[in-house]
Amino acid sequence: MTGTAVDLIWLAPALALLGFVLNGTLALARPATKTAVSIIGVGVLLGAFAIGIAVFRSFVALHTDAPVVFQYWSWIPVGSLQVNVGFQVDQLSTVMLLVVTGVGSLIHIFSVGYMQEDPGYARYFAYLNLFVFFMLLLVLGSSFPVMFVGWEGVGLCSYLLIGFWFSDKVNADAGRKAFIMNRIGDFGFMVAMFMIFWSTGSLDFGTVFSHAPTAFVAGGGAITAITLFLFLGCTGKSAQIPLYTWLPDAMAGPTPVSALIHAATMVTAGVYLVARCNLLFAMAPVSGAVVAGVGALTALFAATIALKQWDIKRVLAYSTISQLGYMFVAVGTGGAAISAGIFHLATHAFFKALLFLGSGSVIFAMHRAYHASHSHEDAQDMRNMGGLARHMPWTTTLMWIATLAIAGVPPLSGFFSKDEILTAVFARGTPQPAWLVFGGLGLVTALLTAFYMTRLMLYTFHGPNRTGGEERRHLFEAPWIMTAPLLVLGLLSLAGGLLNVPELYHGNAWLQHWLEPISRSSVALLPETHLATGTEWMLVGIAVAVAAIGIVGAWRLLNLETIVPAHSAPAERGFARVLRNKWYVDEIYDALIVRPIVWLSREVLWKWIDQQVIDGALVNGAARGTRAVGWANRWLQTGQVGVYVAVFLVGVLLLLWRAMS
Amino acid sequence: MYATWVLTALLAWPLITGAIVMLVPSRMAKHVALVASLIEFGISVPVWWTFIPGTGMQLVADHAWISAWGIRYTVGVDGISLFLVLLTTFLMPLSILGSWSYIMKRENGFYALLLVLTTGMIGVFVALDLFLFYVMWEVMLIPMYFIIGVWGGDNRLYAAIKFFIYTFFGSLLMLVAILVLYLHAGRETGVYSFGYMHLLSHVATLGSIAWWLFGAFFLAFAIKVPLFPLHTWLPDAHVEAPTAGSVILAGILLKMGTYGFLRFALPFFPAVALHQTVQLIIVVLSLIGIIYGGLVAMVQPDFKKLIAYSSVAHLGFVMLGIWALTLQSVQGALLVMINHGISTGALFFLVGMIYERRHSQLIEAYGGIARVVPLFAAILTVVSLSSIALPGTNGFVGEFLVLLGAFRTYPVAATIATTGVIVAAAYLLTALQRVIFNPLTSHENEKLTDLTPRELAVLVPLLVCILWVGVYPKPFLRRMEPSARALIQQVRPGLVQGDAP
Amino acid sequence: MLLSPALEISAVLFTLGVAGVLLRRNTIVIFMCVELMLNAVNLTFVALAQPLGIGGQVFVFFVMAVAAAEAAVGLAIILAVYRHKQSVSLQNMNLLKD
Repeated sequence: MTGTAVDLIWLAPALALLGFVLNGTLALARPATKTAVSIIGVGVLLGAFAIGIAVFRSFVALHTDAPVVFQYWSWIPVGSLQVNVGFQVDQLSTVMLLVVTGVGSLIHIFSVGYMQEDPGYARYFAYLNLFVFFMLLLVLGSSFPVMFVGWEGVGLCSYLLIGFWFSDKVNADAGRKAFIMNRIGDFGFMVAMFMIFWSTGSLDFGTVFSHAPTAFVAGGGAITAITLFLFLGCTGKSAQIPLYTWLPDAMAGPTPVSALIHAATMVTAGVYLVARCNLLFAMAPVSGAVVAGVGALTALFAATIALKQWDIKRVLAYSTISQLGYMFVAVGTGGAAISAGIFHLATHAFFKALLFLGSGSVIFAMHRAYHASHSHEDAQDMRNMGGLARHMPWTTTLMWIATLAIAGVPPLSGFFSKDEILTAVFARGTPQPAWLVFGGLGLVTALLTAFYMTRLMLYTFHGPNRTGGEERRHLFEAPWIMTAPLLVLGLLSLAGGLLNVPELYHGNAWLQHWLEPISRSSVALLPETHLATGTEWMLVGIAVAVAAIGIVGAWRLLNLETIVPAHSAPAERGFARVLRNKWYVDEIYDALIVRPIVWLSREVLWKWIDQQVIDGALVNGAARGTRAVGWANRWLQTGQVGVYVAVFLVGVLLLLWRAMS
Repeated sequence: MYATWVLTALLAWPLITGAIVMLVPSRMAKHVALVASLIEFGISVPVWWTFIPGTGMQLVADHAWISAWGIRYTVGVDGISLFLVLLTTFLMPLSILGSWSYIMKRENGFYALLLVLTTGMIGVFVALDLFLFYVMWEVMLIPMYFIIGVWGGDNRLYAAIKFFIYTFFGSLLMLVAILVLYLHAGRETGVYSFGYMHLLSHVATLGSIAWWLFGAFFLAFAIKVPLFPLHTWLPDAHVEAPTAGSVILAGILLKMGTYGFLRFALPFFPAVALHQTVQLIIVVLSLIGIIYGGLVAMVQPDFKKLIAYSSVAHLGFVMLGIWALTLQSVQGALLVMINHGISTGALFFLVGMIYERRHSQLIEAYGGIARVVPLFAAILTVVSLSSIALPGTNGFVGEFLVLLGAFRTYPVAATIATTGVIVAAAYLLTALQRVIFNPLTSHENEKLTDLTPRELAVLVPLLVCILWVGVYPKPFLRRMEPSARALIQQVRPGLVQGDAP
Repeated sequence: MLLSPALEISAVLFTLGVAGVLLRRNTIVIFMCVELMLNAVNLTFVALAQPLGIGGQVFVFFVMAVAAAEAAVGLAIILAVYRHKQSVSLQNMNLLKD
């Protein structure tokens, strides 16, 4: 207890939970309620955000490097395992708290407009509130198990919200896929927890991190295994190779959900986890390299797929995977670079949420247009769009801001955060050349990012319109309740860089200094890195050039006149087709993993081993054996009493004879 | 005062009321049975507070029964059996309420058998005289046989006989083992007694015959658990049994096997149980149960069969936890036993409720019914999540403790077992999707009605428990801890793994 | 005294009873033969009570009581079987066989 507003931290998740309970009850009891649901759903989030700000301000005023930990009740106390339900307020969790509640509030407001006509309105807000509750648990939890509650909880909400329109099998499938792939990651998280507990004797962050230097040998097998298992958890939650395939499918959910869960908050949980455990990763250099390497590869791989997608949300989904890869490169680099990762996490939350919500506005408009003409065209296919700038000027402008931000055009937010990452990575490249490769991959990704984002903007908003003459008259800007959050996010995307203007530009690098206490203990373990100012400027120049080439390249190469609407579009050929089909990864997984397991379970384990061998041969075999013995001896039983008596008499006589002799 | 008669009352009351149920008019039977089981539950509730966390048996009652052979009526509970007794008394009223409109023929007989079954089950958990234990073990067998055989589905006779012979086969071997223990201890001391403590204190001199006795106990309990490959009676029995039968079968009867291991097989024959080969066999069988049970569950067309195979997986966790013998794993195993009773019980209730409306328990008969019966869908979702051990629900605490504890003793096995959480998500979420999500295709499903207040009265207590154990399991863990520690110390003397320094 | 003739008579009676049970087909006759055997044993008991003590005579009462009970139950069964099959022939009573 600090006696300040920091003590109120429990209220933030509690409010979200309250929202879930109220809205959930309404969803079951009075599904048609709208106004009350909106007030509750948005109100609790705004309340949580207000508390977030109050906590943040008081925490700043405390001027402490040490985390403030609150223990509420003893959750799982068994022997030496003492897990308490507790929250930890520190530099990292306050940043996450603000991002989650802040961006979350905006998306809640947007949802009021977007979901207005949906019959599942109350259910939607109940899930959304529940999601925020679990997300806050995840970022505030003071121990691995509490974090894990949030970790799996957000997965649950993601599952429920992806399959929100569950009457479509595709959506329900996507939700299930997301949950199961996340569970594969959770397996890693759990095993890591077991190893941590038996090595350090605790699962509380504070104890684990203070015992880690003595409990583990730096670079040893134990710490490497722990961190790799933790990272397996991250690949599931944050959609990295090899567990990324659920995220594009997750776009089946309502678009604000994609913005909140599958872009801004939940998928960054893995980044948060690595940042939180930066000490452990710093002690295991191999794991750090794996994290950065997988991140870099994922960034590039996803970016290539994004080049050839037609579904506007899928482009953004692959872009999210790619940007998450970026963040992992940063947190994998470790030390002070985690601030770059968290910085990119925050700016990405701004511009990617904006992009998703903007695409939501587009889909909303397209949907209304098609609805008006009773057409069943795909409202998300960019081939059906084009020239929307004339109909939705606000959305177009704001999405251009976000596009420039993600492409890394100065002085927008994405420029600073991406540049920060590249600088840190290349600096690490001096002692460890592997990082030069990661940095190179990052630059290529930046080029592709600028390209596919420009492509998305051009196909959607510019050139001739392909929606159809009848529909064109129904294309409008979304209502203000949807545009207003976009405006706020636009401002944040523009100015988000102010959070952390590097010293190179005589900024104060606020975020980097703010997060210093988090990474302090790990900095000493990592090789010293330093980049000359000249090199730094050169990097900036290259990054800007790459972004410019991407944007201009897309502008010059893509011919907007030749696109035809989706229903008459020809199939891609050659390499484009491979990209269009996402390198066939889903098909490969299906053929190599899913189908064999199902076949094995059904044909071998169940029908053969269980039914034929165990039940057929052994169990019923024993029964048949018994019956056979009985059958073989049935001639003894004539059923004639006389025969029995005769046998009986013979027996008596035999006994008598034996007794006599 | 209460402490001396409560267990006896818990044993006698269902027998007396069972006889009364036989005599009342048929339409009154369920009402009388419900009231009787509620009173039974009411009698048992104060045990929660009367029980003082600590070692040793409590609430003991001890009377001479057949003194010529040293058979006594000795009952008592410790931290291991306490919750199983409470779980039994808790599930019985729910089972009766859940059968309200399901059982339409010979109601008197059904409810009377349920009450007799209660006595048998509680008796198994509280008996401290091995003869009494054996009698109770058989007492519970017969009502269950009739419940499946008379009120079951189409293939009920096959399932009932399979259930009976399977269990009986094991229990007869156990009887032989009990008699050998009895004679051995008698020959050693000249005092012939079936008392638990008496027999326990003379097992050290058994010599190599301990292997045979352990084998006999093992077979009896492993069938009941059920441990792969002795599990095939379970899917049949579950599918054919009426709802209450399935609930009790999964909720309590299976726990008798794991309870038997904890109470008898492990403390009586620690040297055998901890022998390398035996450990290996049991750990491997548990792992097979977890993975194999999950995978086979994934491809079941029948919802009840799916739950049955998922029980095999859950009980695999329990066995792993028991054999790992750390404080966390044993308490986790105890908690999984309780959780499985709650969650799987709730699942069977839900399947039974939808079966009453639609007369099919095939998964493919449904689809998209969340739109028609939202409340049912919501509860099914919560219960399924608890069954796949989502944190915040009861399932997580148990499985987490088992796996964490087992990791100390068998790191590789625990890691493999952890993949069970993936498989669990795969089979239960697939089933969930095919039942409540997806397009609503069948016209018959459009006319389904949502849960009635009576059905809610069955489910809400279970939901409360799911959240309670998930969020605040401390009251449970606190009461178990001394007994779990004592057990581990008895089996493997020395420092208890996972204990606080 | 008369011990030896008494035992001889009882042996003859018993053998007659056994033969009757084995050879006859009519259930009622078989039943009567069983009674004959019982009473042959009774005679042995009474006869042997003279040299050996009172115990044998006591046993006779037991046997008579059992025989009476048996007669009641046995005749009832035969009657029930007759109602069912319209016959008391042993050849028709082989339900156990199948």
